[in-house]
Amino acid sequence: MDIKEIIQPENLVHKRTPLMTDATLSYCPGCGHGTAHHLVMEVIEEMGIQQDTIGIAPVGCSVLAYDFMDIDMSQAAHGRAPAVATGIKRLWPEKYVFTYQGDGDLAAIGTAETIHACNRGENIVIIFINNGIYGMTGGQMAPTTLEGMKSSTTPYGRDAKQMGHPLKITELVAQLPGTYYVTRQAVHKAGNVRKTRKAIMKAFEVQRDKKGLAFVEIVSNCNSGWKMTPNESNEWMEEHMFPFYPLGDIKVEGKIVKDLLKELM
Amino acid sequence: MGKMRGAIVVDTERCKGCEVCIVNCPTDTIGMAEEVNGKGYHYAYMKHPENCTGCANCAIVCPDGVITVYRVKTEK
Ligand SMILES: Cc1ncc(C[n+]2csc(CCOP(=O)(O)OP(=O)(O)O)c2C)c(N)n1
Ligand code: SF4
Ligand code: SF4
Ligand code: SF4
Ligand SMILES: [Mg+2]
Repeated sequence: MDIKEIIQPENLVHKRTPLMTDATLSYCPGCGHGTAHHLVMEVIEEMGIQQDTIGIAPVGCSVLAYDFMDIDMSQAAHGRAPAVATGIKRLWPEKYVFTYQGDGDLAAIGTAETIHACNRGENIVIIFINNGIYGMTGGQMAPTTLEGMKSSTTPYGRDAKQMGHPLKITELVAQLPGTYYVTRQAVHKAGNVRKTRKAIMKAFEVQRDKKGLAFVEIVSNCNSGWKMTPNESNEWMEEHMFPFYPLGDIKVEGKIVKDLLKELM
Repeated sequence: MGKMRGAIVVDTERCKGCEVCIVNCPTDTIGMAEEVNGKGYHYAYMKHPENCTGCANCAIVCPDGVITVYRVKTEK
């Protein structure tokens, strides 16, 4: 069969969602931020809620998310996205409201906003991209940086004695009564992408059903900050990030489904 | 039993040459072109088009969403 016979409109099985704009993504080649953007927009397309969804962009590499996602968006001061989302959702309870935040944004400068929005059980979705580093500003240590991991501010690796321990903020917020669904996923492999899509869908369904806060962590690469090729960074992530940040659901329908004591040690 | 035949179309000008699609293709269909695009990136292309099953793995992991996938079931 000739390739031209295969490439016909009736044989189409995958194309880029029209809910992503035509703007070229500002992300480095191979960065998981782009994959995560497409998934969020695919879910919004599938649920038919483009007109009813408001996203909040953070400060970090994804600060320009509003240029890429073809929905109404706002952009918050560093770490304040959950507070802005709270205000918008309370004014417009029928809208779907989500934040999209990096680990520096969500787990460093925005820790208070994150924890209190989760504790209040705001009926929003939080998409949390954990790449263990401040990508945008040149690869400085983040609260999520692993022990021994090198960054521009930990050139000899993170020393927990001096710099504290990496923070599993997702396990922390899972323990607050306001969170209804908490999960940790990845987007570097096709199988992970399919699972993450389902998780994001579930998160928006939780919001639709007014059950509380849905929190989706995506462990991702920052190949530039980690100073690796994209595929090397994804392998490094599997080997080093996943043992400390294990993938899977942490809280489902308001009930913790993982042995958190074990996870937090 | 019918066999799946697939094909991908890469938006070569938007491809950033990251090669994430290559390691995610189970059939070794994709390679990187010798030539570069306007941004200077080697872009992905079907090096072994006869291998493609249209599984879409490459497309869903592409951070820049530049791959379109087609699939047909053939008779043999
Ligand atoms: C109030 C304030 N403090 C500090 C900064 C500098 N700054 C910009 S992005 C960033 C960290 C971003 O890291 P992260 O949230 O992990 O996003 P990534 O780029 O890794 O996706 C910092 C500290 C800022 N813009 N505003
Ligand atoms: S600096 Fe890191 S997080 Fe930012 S776009 Fe590049 S790879 Fe992605
Ligand atoms: S994953 Fe996408 S951007 Fe990267 S090389 Fe393949 S087609 Fe190009
Ligand atoms: S559709 Fe599947 S088989 Fe075809 S190139 Fe993409 S990953 Fe490979
Ligand atoms: Mg980060």
